[in-house]
Amino acid sequence: MMVEIAIFFLLIFMIIGMLFVLEIENLLSAVVMMGAIGFGLSVIFLLLGAPDLAIVQIAVEVISVVILIRATIHRDIKERADESLSNISSIPLLVCIFFFFLMIYPALRLLPTFGEPVFLNFYSSSVYYLRDGFHLTGAPNIVSAIILDFRAYDTLGEAIVLFTSVIGALSILRYRNRKKEHNAS
Amino acid sequence: MIYTLCIILFLLGLYGVLVKRNIIKIIISLAMMNNAVNLFLILLAYRSNGVAPILDPGMDPSILLETSVDPLPQALVLTSVVIGLGVTALMVALAIRLYHAYGTFDITKIRKLKG
Amino acid sequence: MSGMTGIVKTVAEWIKGFILFYGVYIVLQGHLTPGGGFAGGVIIACSFIMMELAFGKQRAEKELSEHGSHLLDEFGAIAILLLGLWGYFLPQMPFFSNVLLEYWPGSPFHIISAGSIPLINLAIGIKVGTGLYTIFVSLAEYKPELQEKEE
Repeated sequence: MMVEIAIFFLLIFMIIGMLFVLEIENLLSAVVMMGAIGFGLSVIFLLLGAPDLAIVQIAVEVISVVILIRATIHRDIKERADESLSNISSIPLLVCIFFFFLMIYPALRLLPTFGEPVFLNFYSSSVYYLRDGFHLTGAPNIVSAIILDFRAYDTLGEAIVLFTSVIGALSILRYRNRKKEHNAS
Repeated sequence: MIYTLCIILFLLGLYGVLVKRNIIKIIISLAMMNNAVNLFLILLAYRSNGVAPILDPGMDPSILLETSVDPLPQALVLTSVVIGLGVTALMVALAIRLYHAYGTFDITKIRKLKG
Repeated sequence: MSGMTGIVKTVAEWIKGFILFYGVYIVLQGHLTPGGGFAGGVIIACSFIMMELAFGKQRAEKELSEHGSHLLDEFGAIAILLLGLWGYFLPQMPFFSNVLLEYWPGSPFHIISAGSIPLINLAIGIKVGTGLYTIFVSLAEYKPELQEKEE
């Protein structure tokens, strides 16, 4: 119960931070606020029993804030960033939100109660991993055993996706440079 | 209740992607949508008073089935977080190219310049 | 980016080894404690990015050159694939099977255990760390104004 209340307040903090990000004028403040939201998410992961994810989330958030600050600093700070694409008045927006939640209310009721182990109700693969993971792989960290032994094919796909994004960023940023070298040679 | 707040976070990200004009704000909104989806999967995996699925020396391995949280969504989200960072870096690279080609982060002005 | 003030440079010089060593520790202990290749790789990338931010391009090239980091990135991806194919070429073994566990199981709760899981962890750590560092270096050294003037 304490965990639920803590997660509730952290989520409220994240939503308020997201509103600040959307409405603030200064881009640098928006990026720093995004870092704060990410650290809140990391604490939530730690409370939910996922320390692996908490470590990854903190490190990833630091690097993404550094990359975004590198992109925004010295550029465009004077330009007003808060102008929206079209002037949406607040009353139709509220009506839209009301009808949206009215329509997804049956779906929300189908969700399991928070804190109930949904994966034990039927024969799922999580049961197999939890019961036999240590004997079959010898790794005490079951998450590590899943991503590197049972589902290592996923990890190979992840490596390929990350590699593709590295190649993509390099090709986007090096295009003119490479063409010039080609012309020179 | 917590699921609803998570969905609200996702919707705020969607609002930012659809309505905002600044590319940096669109990138931040996409990262927030990614975070909200990750959080939703981990919320589904939680069990009341659950412990992390990691054994200590001397612990009986069979006790994990009764006390641990679900490890499978954690394994899926672990790769998703890192992929999200790669996607963010790729989008920032695109944004910097656009800024130096058009001199602005505003997508409406970019559209006008393109004709 | 020619670097920051002397205080930042001195502090970065002192703590770069600690951050790098912490990342390597998280990678190597990934199958025993929270962590693993992804978290450790991102922390390793953090240490190199800190050097790049504090000292500028020339000093960071001395630590790990951009070409070298790109090569290490490719080496990590190929190492993951080879570790998967290792089991594939043996008879009666599926793709990505844990071959090393059968020949050299080690004792549980020690670093040398769990077969090929620490090796794949190490490959992922190298891949993630150098990949993110490559992206950051290419973002930080992008100077289109100079190139347009030269054209």
